[in-house]
Amino acid sequence: MKRYSSFAIVREAFRNHSGWKKAWESPIPKRKYDVVIVGAGGHGLATAYYLGKNHGITNVAVLEKGWLGGGNTGRNTTIIRSNYLQDPSAAIYEKSRSLYENLSQDLNYNLMFSPRGVMMLAQTEHEVRGYKRTAMANALQGVSTEYINPEKVKDLCPIINLSGPRYPVLGALWQARGGTARHDAVAWGYARKCSDMGMHILQQKEVTSIISKNGKIGGVTTTDGDILCDKLCIVVAGHSGALAEMGGFRLPLESVALQALVSEPIKPVMDVVVMANTVHGYMSQSDKGEMVIGGGADGYNNYTQRGSFHHIEETVRSLVETFPMISRLKMLRQWGGIVDMTGDRSPIISKTPLENCFINCGWGTGGFKAIPGSGWATAEMVATGEAGPLASPFSLNRFKEGRFIDESVAAGVAH
Amino acid sequence: MLLLNCPYCKLSCEETEFQAGGQAHLKRQSVGSSDQEFESYLFARKNPKGVHFERWQHVNGCGKWFHIARSTVTLEIFGSYSAQTLSPPKQIRVNINKKLPEWRWENSK
Repeated sequence: MKRYSSFAIVREAFRNHSGWKKAWESPIPKRKYDVVIVGAGGHGLATAYYLGKNHGITNVAVLEKGWLGGGNTGRNTTIIRSNYLQDPSAAIYEKSRSLYENLSQDLNYNLMFSPRGVMMLAQTEHEVRGYKRTAMANALQGVSTEYINPEKVKDLCPIINLSGPRYPVLGALWQARGGTARHDAVAWGYARKCSDMGMHILQQKEVTSIISKNGKIGGVTTTDGDILCDKLCIVVAGHSGALAEMGGFRLPLESVALQALVSEPIKPVMDVVVMANTVHGYMSQSDKGEMVIGGGADGYNNYTQRGSFHHIEETVRSLVETFPMISRLKMLRQWGGIVDMTGDRSPIISKTPLENCFINCGWGTGGFKAIPGSGWATAEMVATGEAGPLASPFSLNRFKEGRFIDESVAAGVAH
Repeated sequence: MLLLNCPYCKLSCEETEFQAGGQAHLKRQSVGSSDQEFESYLFARKNPKGVHFERWQHVNGCGKWFHIARSTVTLEIFGSYSAQTLSPPKQIRVNINKKLPEWRWENSK
């Protein structure tokens, strides 16, 4: 693999850019791998990368039914933060956020990580209390956040209307080291490194069944034939239920559509990420100038990657209340992704009833920020066969044991 | 935007009048049930990519709960029916089989 560098750009400029290589190979599949990962989204590729980097396992295939990073990795609003209430969540999300800080250098791929700060507005008395509590919990967890007053909010983001027609801004939870990153680049950067380590990234290979014998994993059947493996890791977000059914177990998940939209590009108006959870909307400005907007998820099971129009309407309405200056903005694109929601709104990183079959799912509406940490923890589990300290609280057993990691209240809509 | 029929009001209304309540026909567990049964009742969901039976409430109307059968892939609704049933009525199953001849009702745990 040729390194990307400013020298490489100069070198290629002198030879008509003829020397750039493919970022990753499209190899002929082998018959058998040590580890097969289903799903080449951010989490799947990150798992593969840390399997190679941290555990030296490189005989790995990553199977993808569509194209690389074409699911929720390419559909989210790219927010990175770790201001969670519960200790296990704060641990894995903070691990993830800290990995993002020098992931561009680690992967030699510009992820455009921008720690511009994330602000979660408190617009009711309940939220004020909730966020003050979170700020204190974060202080104990070693996550740097603070509760700020409305003047500071206005100072950081002048386009906010503090007096709000329905919900005035009473304060905010501020994480200065949160921010955004280029979501596609995260998938591409990991894929390039994985390919460089000799792993096989196999696109357009849909898994149609799981091969198992005596409760032990044997491999998978794909649309292009069987691929055998010693260990299988399922990382398919919204479609986890379908894969689990092939494996003969059920998951505490429901798949719903979550939508996002972007506006036409405008000059810079805000340099922070603002989330307004009471009125269901969040917004940031991309480097191209588009306002990137997300809202609430649909209330019913859905696999269409579209979502309901009235949710878009509610999101835009609430954002116009919070940011009156965007009321004349035209929206360019709207899309939906299928997110897998658990009962406690926390993910599942776990062994499954099938031996040597692992699963990473349930990230719901907040998976992008967790990609490096999730991959790190999942790789550890796959390599050693046991969940490590980051992953073990997120096991499937927690639903049977009533040991929830309840983030549904703490994180609100924009989880 | 889904258009739902409330079997009580006999009206076809937009989905904003309703609230989704998750998977229908769950068997309620109570005193004497095992941990496994409780876990299954409280958390395990079919989450099918296909026909889904689900509870809805006509929250901005009569306020009553009812069931519908809906495809989670095409969003087509195969009909709504009373919540006071243990399995979907014959008419609903016929409607589904008209579109999906392979489909069969299997009782969800």
